[in-house]
Amino acid sequence: MDVMPKWAEVVLVPLISLLLAAILSALVILAIGEDPVAAVNLMITGALGSTYGWGYTLYYATNFMFTGLAVAVAFHAGLFNIGGEGQAMLGGLGVALVCLFIPWPHWTIAVLAATVGAALFGALWAAIPAYLQAKRGSHIVITTIMFNFIAAAVLNYMLVNILRPAGSMDPATERFPEAVHLPSLHDLLAPFGIAFSKAAPANVSLVIAIIACVLVWVLIWRTPLGLEIRAYGKSHRAASYAGIGAVRITMIAMLISGGLAGMMAINNVMGEAERLVLNAVEGAGFIGIAVALMGRSHPFGVFLAAILFGFLYQGGAELALWTSIPRELIVVIQALVILFTGALDNMVRMPLERLFLAFRRGGTT
Amino acid sequence: MNFLALFDLSVLDSTVRLAVPLLLACLAGLFSERGGIFDIGLEGKMLAAAFFSAAIAATTGSVWIGLLAGIGASLTLSAIHGVASITFRGNQLISGVAINFLAAGLTVLIAQSWFQQGGRTPSLIGGGRFEPITLPFADALSTVPFLGPLYSELISGHSILVYVALLCVPGTWYILFRTRFGLRLRAVGENPAAVDTAGVSVVGLRFAAVGICGVLCGIAGAYLATGLQAGFVKDMTAGRGFIALAALIFAKWRPWHALWATLLFGYLQAIALRPDIIEGALGFKVQVQLLDAMPYILTVVILAGFVGKAIPPRAGGEPYVKER
Amino acid sequence: MTATHPAIELKGISKAFGPVQANKDISIRVMPGTIHGIIGENGAGKSTLMSILYGFYKADAGEVFISGQKTEIPDSQAAIAAGIGMVFQHFKLVENFTVLENIILGAEDGGFLKPSLAKARKSLVELAAEYELNVDPDARIEEIGVGMQQRVEILKALYRQADILILDEPTGVLTPAEADQLFRILGRLREEGKTIILITHKLREIMDTTDTVSVMRRGEMTATVKTSETSPEQLAELMVGRKVLLRVDKTPAAPGPVVLDIQNLRVVDDQKVERLRGIDLQVRAGEILGIAGVAGNGQSELLEVLGGYADGTGTVTLNGQPIDLTGKYSDGRSRRDNGIAHVPEDRQREGLIMDFAAWENTAFGYHRDPAYTSGMLSNNAAIKTETQAKMDRFDVRPPNLQLAAKNFSGGNQQKIVLAREIERNPDLLLVGQPTRGVDIGAIEFIHQQIVALRDQGKAILLVSVELEEILSLADRVAVMFDGRIMGERLSQDTDEKELGLLMAGVGA
Repeated sequence: MDVMPKWAEVVLVPLISLLLAAILSALVILAIGEDPVAAVNLMITGALGSTYGWGYTLYYATNFMFTGLAVAVAFHAGLFNIGGEGQAMLGGLGVALVCLFIPWPHWTIAVLAATVGAALFGALWAAIPAYLQAKRGSHIVITTIMFNFIAAAVLNYMLVNILRPAGSMDPATERFPEAVHLPSLHDLLAPFGIAFSKAAPANVSLVIAIIACVLVWVLIWRTPLGLEIRAYGKSHRAASYAGIGAVRITMIAMLISGGLAGMMAINNVMGEAERLVLNAVEGAGFIGIAVALMGRSHPFGVFLAAILFGFLYQGGAELALWTSIPRELIVVIQALVILFTGALDNMVRMPLERLFLAFRRGGTT
Repeated sequence: MNFLALFDLSVLDSTVRLAVPLLLACLAGLFSERGGIFDIGLEGKMLAAAFFSAAIAATTGSVWIGLLAGIGASLTLSAIHGVASITFRGNQLISGVAINFLAAGLTVLIAQSWFQQGGRTPSLIGGGRFEPITLPFADALSTVPFLGPLYSELISGHSILVYVALLCVPGTWYILFRTRFGLRLRAVGENPAAVDTAGVSVVGLRFAAVGICGVLCGIAGAYLATGLQAGFVKDMTAGRGFIALAALIFAKWRPWHALWATLLFGYLQAIALRPDIIEGALGFKVQVQLLDAMPYILTVVILAGFVGKAIPPRAGGEPYVKER
Repeated sequence: MTATHPAIELKGISKAFGPVQANKDISIRVMPGTIHGIIGENGAGKSTLMSILYGFYKADAGEVFISGQKTEIPDSQAAIAAGIGMVFQHFKLVENFTVLENIILGAEDGGFLKPSLAKARKSLVELAAEYELNVDPDARIEEIGVGMQQRVEILKALYRQADILILDEPTGVLTPAEADQLFRILGRLREEGKTIILITHKLREIMDTTDTVSVMRRGEMTATVKTSETSPEQLAELMVGRKVLLRVDKTPAAPGPVVLDIQNLRVVDDQKVERLRGIDLQVRAGEILGIAGVAGNGQSELLEVLGGYADGTGTVTLNGQPIDLTGKYSDGRSRRDNGIAHVPEDRQREGLIMDFAAWENTAFGYHRDPAYTSGMLSNNAAIKTETQAKMDRFDVRPPNLQLAAKNFSGGNQQKIVLAREIERNPDLLLVGQPTRGVDIGAIEFIHQQIVALRDQGKAILLVSVELEEILSLADRVAVMFDGRIMGERLSQDTDEKELGLLMAGVGA
């Protein structure tokens, strides 16, 4: 039975979870001898106080939109894809190959091709665990974790042995040609007379990420396939009663998920670094888990949560720069968000439900 | 070609040392999962234990106090996992993921705040480490052909935790199959309703399982930082918690099989450190990245069921809710 | 002896689950050495009441007296200590443990297993001799039949020295012969001075075995009477609160040509066990074929393979066209395209997605139908319009198409499923347990809808474990036992006794 009204379910529960995570994070900051209020102020000025800060916040948010959507789509099918990290690494490889080996006349075509390349490589990396789950019942959580490690080895091999330019000691590809340079928010907003920081890495990929949010929303809530994915995620038996094939849905959901995670590479590899480096993903694949949980697997929720994490990420970087608080603080916050919005959901929900029940009884009698 | 070189005594010796943290973590997972609680947070618990054992050992100069601190840290994370997945019936996988990140973040954060050495602890010296123990007659027997070196180099000369880990294997078997606690533990992982209606607390049993898991992970982590290496470095578990999970599946949740499975993975890790031996034995060079990825690839192969089908405890991963 | 005191007395027990009041101010007295029945419809609160007595749930209010002593039962441990044993409807056994291990679980002597097992083995022999409860102590639960498993449950209680034994719907999974044997054992236990509480919704069991009976309705205790002073009609009336029609109003069937023809159908499950062992059946247009049988004899597999979500071998044709049993077109969607609609046995886990809104459930399974789509997208507006119309026609309450399926009562959930399946105008309708967990008012309505579909000349295959339902609804009855058809009868030419023998695998 639904005890709580929908708004409480969608807004109140995540907000309280977030608040709990914030309080604990503040305690952590206190414990290592720093001032949480000053830290928050520093984070806000650093991440939101200038177009430069916003540029970084939105750049990170773009990454997290892709990886958050990836986790969310898999969640709808009842699958837990922890492999976003590896899929994004492979997506980067796809982007690098597209950008390095095909001469593109203009970035508009290049970005479309790179998106396809990134999605293909990411989807491919998700396809093997998906197939093993669907056909052989191998637990997808463990296989996707393993594929993260394997992806790191593959990328290492490709960068060290194959893609590294002759004479370079750095395990990275050479710089992409000028023609595939993506316009930044500065370039995009200038025609509208909006002055945006030139140095910040936010770029046209943000627009693609937002389009991806909308498309995922349409897919999940407005198509028969979306209904099938959600139905399979809720009840395997009911899905098979309705003629929804388990193998098909597992494969499709994971291919879409992996593709979305891979697409992150147009932002960080093509848009920002303009070459492929070893540690390009920087944990964004894992942050997607927190983003999807926080956003309740709804694309709009993912959009908001991605911006929140973009803020935390950029704010955390500023903290690391100006205080002795290391960047790992963000990993702690991310862990707490996953803990409270994911695993301890009932801890927040149960007292709330009791409250609403008491309220309703009080209202009727 | 000389295949025997692949089983060089030095490789086997490091096999044992590298298998020990895997074995302890694997047995930890065995207790937890036999009790019906999936735990992908083994990695995080080991990492936390590794840091706190090294940090406390470095500060106090006593490795034993360090070990206790490591176990304490691991138990704390176990308690979180227990509260999330037993008390609040949350998703055990998500809780495990959260614990892994919590450990990854907090260890570096605290290390930086305590030692200012870029997220590591100072190197452990003297009483801050578990020193190798020379078993009786090891030196005297080392001249006996074949068996002598085997005894003196492979069996003797490890730190105390290695022997503890090995003793845990028959210990686990005995507890699981010969005691009341073991019977109840296995029952709660198969059908918690049977335990509940028999008047035994499901919650109590599962917390006990998660607690034992915490202690074993704590020893595993402490061994990493104070036995295998001399101090903590960022992310030093390097996926061992996940490999241990794979070994657990490979072992089909049985203690003796867990020993063999972890020795196999330990061997893979040991041989990956010696590309020279592989090249010498096989006659061609094997890419170092392939060797690094080998344990993970093997895990996938095992999970894919090419090495026999593994059936986990039936109630595993599902929170116990009384039926209406 | 405290024979003057009741063995159990409950006073003013109340229990709510969230907004649902499962038990309201219930009082009851059971004298020692008697069999006391508790009867009521599904969802009347019988099981909740007994689970409270067994310490499985905590009552919100009320008191429990055991042999005149006020007793607190906060958990099952306390119930066991108070001499209460319970045999649940779904057995609480560890499947891969032996009988002996299951019996000692929770009642071990000391920390080591060996002495406990030895002691249990000894007392098992004694109990077997005393109550005719023979089981192999070293057999694994997964290897023995349900009748045996139930004995293990009873032995578990006796091993814990229970004086009061509660049995919740004990005959649901038994053949009539196994049930008779169970009742003999219960009689034996009564002779030894044990007190037995029998929870059931089957009037016959109450009339045949109990000394006194309490009737529950919607969480309340409506009456407690001596069994010898009541009648099935009176009990039925007390159960539902008004006179009920036990027969369905219908005209004789006018069977047409064969619609569904099944030849030598076999199904092997994941454990390589053959669950259907060569089924031959025909269903004609305009008739209802009822499949009778004790649960677990292959009826579910028959529905699954005909519904397209299990593979099988053999020949099945629909209106002369072969149906794919293993290949690409062996799925629920293809079956629907072929003209087979299916009201599944378990509406909560198969027929509906409990978290989906009523309108999404109305499209569920038919969501790719051109009427429900426009291009790549779903036509949600069309689905909603049609849902509203269906809810009106089938009187679904509340008629709120946005409400999630889990928030409807069992009867209204079934109406949503039925509306979806019947209104597709299928050639063949598969129906499993159409009225399980459905309130009496809705049962009549659902039966009428099924008969109406028959009268339109459709073929209907009905699976039910309720013999009464089969006899009143079906035109022809086939009895399944152990994956085979034991015999077919016209329903007007047979009775419960004959079918009961067939259900037990006896004669043909």
